[in-house]
Amino acid sequence: MTKNRYNIDWVVLPLLGGLAMIGIWALWSSLPGTNLPSPLKTWEASKLYILEPFAKRGELDQGILRFTWYSLVLVAKGYLLAIVIGTPLGLLLGISAMFTKSFDPIIQILRPVSPLAWLPLGLVLFQKSEPAALFTIAVCSMWPTVLNTAVGVRSVPQDYLNVARVLKLSQTKTLFKVLIPATMPYMFTGFRLSLGIAWLVIVAAEMLTGVPGVGGFLWQEYNSLIYEHIILCILTIGFVGFILDRLMSLVESRFKTI
Amino acid sequence: MSAYLTLSRLTKIYPTPKGPAVIVRDFDLNVDKGEFVCLIGHSGCGKTTVLSMLAGLTEVTSGVMVLAGKEINGPGPDRGMVFQSPCLLPWLTAFGNVMLGVDQVYYTASRAERHDLAEYYLSLVGLADAMHRKPTELSQGMRQRVGIARAFALAPKMLLLDEPFGMLDSLTRFELQKVLLDLWGRDQKTAFMVTHDVDEALYLSDRIVMMTNGPEAEVGEILNVHFERPRDRKEIMEHPDYYRLREHLITFLEERAYKKSDISPKTPPAAPSDDRIVNLAARSEDDANKLSPGHSECVAKRAPRTLRRV
Repeated sequence: MTKNRYNIDWVVLPLLGGLAMIGIWALWSSLPGTNLPSPLKTWEASKLYILEPFAKRGELDQGILRFTWYSLVLVAKGYLLAIVIGTPLGLLLGISAMFTKSFDPIIQILRPVSPLAWLPLGLVLFQKSEPAALFTIAVCSMWPTVLNTAVGVRSVPQDYLNVARVLKLSQTKTLFKVLIPATMPYMFTGFRLSLGIAWLVIVAAEMLTGVPGVGGFLWQEYNSLIYEHIILCILTIGFVGFILDRLMSLVESRFKTI
Repeated sequence: MSAYLTLSRLTKIYPTPKGPAVIVRDFDLNVDKGEFVCLIGHSGCGKTTVLSMLAGLTEVTSGVMVLAGKEINGPGPDRGMVFQSPCLLPWLTAFGNVMLGVDQVYYTASRAERHDLAEYYLSLVGLADAMHRKPTELSQGMRQRVGIARAFALAPKMLLLDEPFGMLDSLTRFELQKVLLDLWGRDQKTAFMVTHDVDEALYLSDRIVMMTNGPEAEVGEILNVHFERPRDRKEIMEHPDYYRLREHLITFLEERAYKKSDISPKTPPAAPSDDRIVNLAARSEDDANKLSPGHSECVAKRAPRTLRRV
């Protein structure tokens, strides 16, 4: 009985939802005067890219997972940069009230700026497309890590700090033995959100810079009027983003110390 | 001979928007080396504030604290603290929690020595088999055992205990009181414990300091507990004096603790007179004598100490 319930909730219903979505898509594409390719046409045009996902037929014509791989590598670099800069920044914000008062307003102003706005600045700063893309990814995806870490530090229970004080731990020891472990769960929530944003930014960054990857491919296929591939790219980006998020949740739950 | 721990005119005032709030005013107390003193009072009367000042976690507004000839100035591992919630770091094992303190105090010892020390104290509190578990895998009582081991492993000059058994069920509390007393009996570490459990205070302490109700809480009365050590809970409870002492404490807590605020709720800060303390101490001495006619030898044995203190 419970097993059946489980199947309905987690298999049948999502399947129905997916089918409904494809139905709407099919209907829309059959409307007169639309350029939206039908699901079937999309599949036929994308088959080659999905069935030979790692093929490299030319610079602009590669399997979809190969493109995805390029994007992932770029995201990984930018994301790492974001974490390396964002975590200490968050720790500082959490520990020092003076630092918070000085920099919090600036952070609040920079945080909502779109990747599309950062990218030109990156190009101006670095003159090359890949560093500019990295810069954009790092700057945009850093904030959740920064803010979550800061919140985490501020919400370390006074009890733990009292232990550190009573034992007279040095500042470095307090930081590494008490503050950082206690902040870990918050940090990892920040890391997960940051990864989501980094993946979101990649498409914009690749579109504008022409770096090869799934976003670059999307833009190039739009320019070559192959609309089926736009849908292929959107679905790929979505799937990868979903998988990344799941993976990070797994990591996150491992670091639930409290 | 001066006392091992001296609290002199200890006062804590918090500034509030409505003017300064006096939590504790002119708290005076002397504790001898090796003495186990319980501070008892109603919740919120400021007894934890006193302990927290002693631990260096709360700043003192005015007054002086001297421990073993040195003024207490801020927190330090020379006072082993047992917190109410055991305050274990959840990402460390029981062993790791004890090691955190041991590493800090015995930084000159070798790794193996520190290791042995932490293991030794954990096995003393009965956690030999559970020391590599995380706090979440331990019961409340076991966690507090770790807390006790952590405090003792520091080899502190004295112990500070902040209602350490307040969150435990009564059976576990009994067990842990015994663990604490056994450990304490090994080297008679000077101990200062805050509690609101009358029986706990009688079982553990040499003297019970009764605190008047806040605001402006102070030492109300001091009761000597003369039961012989090592103590057995059952023997003590069957002791002819037990219920009289107990009643004395309860009477104080139920009636006398309020007296001050009943008579004059807005007492101006009375000039602290030293005779008050002497008188109070003397009175409690009288009480103790009056209460235990059949055990004058116990009283006599404690008396010189008390006199010295007064």
